[in-house]
Amino acid sequence: MAQKSIAASPEPADPHELPFPPLNRGWGWLAWFSTTDHKKIGVLYMVTSLFFFGVGGIEALLIRLQLAAPNARVLTPQEYDAIFTMHGTTMIFLVVMPIFIGLANFMVPLMVGARDVAFPRLNALGYWVFLLGGIVIYLALFTGSLANAGWFSYAPLSESAFSSRPGLDYWIVGLIETGVGTIGAAVNLLVTVVRYRAPGLTWWRLPLFVWMMFITSLLILFALTPLNAGLIMLLGDRILHMHFFRANAMGGSAILWQHIFWFFGHPEVYIMALPAFGIISEVIPVFSRKPIFGYKFVAGSGIAIGLLSFAVWAHHMFAVGLGVPLNAAFGATSMLIAVPTGVKIFNWSTTMFQGRLRLDTPLLFAAAFIIQFVIGGITGVMFAAVPLDWALTDSYFVVAHFHYVLFGGSMFALWAGMYYWFPKLTGRMMDNRMGKWHFWLAVVGFNMTFFVQHILGIMGMARRTYTYPDLPGYFALNLISTIGAFILAAAVLVFLWNLVWSFRHGEVAGDNPWDAWTLEWATTSPPPEHNFDRLPPVRSARPLFDLAHPDIADHVPSPAEGHA
Amino acid sequence: MHNLYSFANSVLSPASPYARDIANLFWITFWISLVILVAVSGFVIFNMIRYRDRGQGGLPPQTHGNTLVEITWTAIPFAILVVLFVLTVQTMEAVSPPRHPKGDPVNVDVIAHQWWWEFRYPDSKVTTANELHIPVGESVHITLTSVDVIHDFWVPELGRKMDAVPAHPNTLVIEASKPGVYLGTCAEYCGAGHAWMRIRVYAQTPADYQKWLAAQAKPHAPPTNIDQIVGMGFFNSSCSACHNINGSGTPGAHDVGPDLTHLADRDTLAAGVMANTPADLRKWLQDPQAVKPGVHMPNLHLTDKQINGLVAYLEEQ
Repeated sequence: MAQKSIAASPEPADPHELPFPPLNRGWGWLAWFSTTDHKKIGVLYMVTSLFFFGVGGIEALLIRLQLAAPNARVLTPQEYDAIFTMHGTTMIFLVVMPIFIGLANFMVPLMVGARDVAFPRLNALGYWVFLLGGIVIYLALFTGSLANAGWFSYAPLSESAFSSRPGLDYWIVGLIETGVGTIGAAVNLLVTVVRYRAPGLTWWRLPLFVWMMFITSLLILFALTPLNAGLIMLLGDRILHMHFFRANAMGGSAILWQHIFWFFGHPEVYIMALPAFGIISEVIPVFSRKPIFGYKFVAGSGIAIGLLSFAVWAHHMFAVGLGVPLNAAFGATSMLIAVPTGVKIFNWSTTMFQGRLRLDTPLLFAAAFIIQFVIGGITGVMFAAVPLDWALTDSYFVVAHFHYVLFGGSMFALWAGMYYWFPKLTGRMMDNRMGKWHFWLAVVGFNMTFFVQHILGIMGMARRTYTYPDLPGYFALNLISTIGAFILAAAVLVFLWNLVWSFRHGEVAGDNPWDAWTLEWATTSPPPEHNFDRLPPVRSARPLFDLAHPDIADHVPSPAEGHA
Repeated sequence: MHNLYSFANSVLSPASPYARDIANLFWITFWISLVILVAVSGFVIFNMIRYRDRGQGGLPPQTHGNTLVEITWTAIPFAILVVLFVLTVQTMEAVSPPRHPKGDPVNVDVIAHQWWWEFRYPDSKVTTANELHIPVGESVHITLTSVDVIHDFWVPELGRKMDAVPAHPNTLVIEASKPGVYLGTCAEYCGAGHAWMRIRVYAQTPADYQKWLAAQAKPHAPPTNIDQIVGMGFFNSSCSACHNINGSGTPGAHDVGPDLTHLADRDTLAAGVMANTPADLRKWLQDPQAVKPGVHMPNLHLTDKQINGLVAYLEEQ
């Protein structure tokens, strides 16, 4: 039992005495530019993503202002088109994806008990190339134009004949760069999980967040590569007068772009959802004081989702006219993906059953995640029912659907994870009272903004229109949505203030403030540069639980092992 | 002038057999979904109230899972989805172009442009724009193409939506069960004018429809006063580069912009952005960009005399 004392040092260290995160060299703030420490790179990713979250959020508010009333003239159509394009691009490529990668960068090595990632320099390169891409996309502002063909930039609208301004070229080059950076991060995470797990940490003992990030990294590898290939082809069309996607006698096809894009685009949805599933699978057990219900089914359903996500892309193209047999086949695979997703939902909610639920901010966000994600999942199944897609795609119903998945789902899970892991990142707790304000404003604002958009879609309002005619009900519902967006913005401001305030004044956390069970909680908060002084033995998925409760440990030692 | 927007246009107020099948499928999935949503969120909220930590200390039972339960909640959703898939395929067959259409269908070629709709009736050589007339109770077979980018033809009450893809003609069947005006719009983002690429479908009794078709097949009325003569002259020297008026004297089909033959018979201008009144037409001719930003029609800086002439000629009954 000598290991017992390893888990916690007797006195919580004062975070002010610890550099944040620990610097590898004494270069002051310059060290942030030269670092190869996975924790610092993780923080860089997250801070960058939060910055872009602000940018994308302001874009969202501009969109909602323009749509608050029919025939409004807050923005010109050209400005509106650029802003909704940049909103989607920013939130997907510069916020949700990198913030999860940043969190994983910080947490995965700690959760598998590693000193650092497998390729620290590749990791640093990945971040800086990603940042370059994000900057290049917005550098287009200096040309007086921004990309304005939508985040999926359908050809031929994205061809030079219809979008001749350079903003779109910057967008393509920037996305290729963020893609390269992200692929680097994914390779790094994959190898880290395969090669750098602590002794005893077998695959079936991996924390579920690590499992989900592992699957996410595989998806990144196989989805972002075709995207980059497609983007290079599109750039060739635009600046070298090639004709991959130009419908002409030379054999180009506009529909080919859609196949390539959505072959990336649907796995991309799971690249943004699986990390969320991972966070929820960590938070719910810890705050229910129970192990996850059906560990292997939660991990296995993640694998099933990962595989199926490559077989559903044409459900984004049901209105293109691919014919009934192809549409039916993709409808079937798309419905199938609801089965493993449902398994997760049932396992999470059953984990709470008969638990001892601590209703702290992370669990509140996790619970809201489950309910909102079910709404987004249900409307997703509706879109798999092909005739409903024929009725509702490209309307506000689909806008509502994917915001329930990506905001009500991914973003709420991310918030659960932020409140959960902030003490590990900084050594201080986030403020619980501000957390509650943040939570309730976000729940009200989010649902007010997006629930009514289902109705607008059913009422025939097409998405991506800079304004709309004053049809019965349109004005009222759009106004409700806009008011909701500003409540949501208030929630985000509370969150950001909570981050800043708690970073300076939060309660000192200690190593393991939540009494959690995975390895990242076995070191100091924030962790030292080398992560761990010593590791506890890993004999189950909950090594710290086994340490604390040897009598009812998850791991039942065989007689041969004894109790050593 | 009619009230432009006095008609509902919801997916759930179907006015055709095709849209009705879609609405029925919607309600089936809606009720199944509602049961699942209430069950899951009820269970989560129940757990949060019933099992919240009241400071009693200790650990709850450490249950790790149950394979039988896992198999059950894998199998039941799977079974529900199998049923939904069967309904999906049945509905797809019903609402996609039937292989054996009843009777002798009405054929319309729909050609999407940035940002207006061209409607051609190949059997009667009639061409019009943005306002589609169809007979009630008959299948209307649409051949859908685009001359530029991808658009999407969507009239929620009459049937499914379908993309208009350049070099990839699609077919679409719509039908209206009762007379009325059905509103629709381009649903695929197609550039600056996407918001104002609206569709109005006028479902008429077969007799009214035939009357409309016969009137449209006639040439535009010849000018009878001096304003109209000035207007026709200006049309032929300038506007006819992009527009066509059957009977104006300029030969050939010019379809860069909408065909303006019998413009006076239409209710709206510029794909739904404004009502078709002489005052609105005047505003449009003075500065199209101010009315519909991004529109491909340039500001021709017309004189009052030219505008008076054009309005008189174009709005001639």
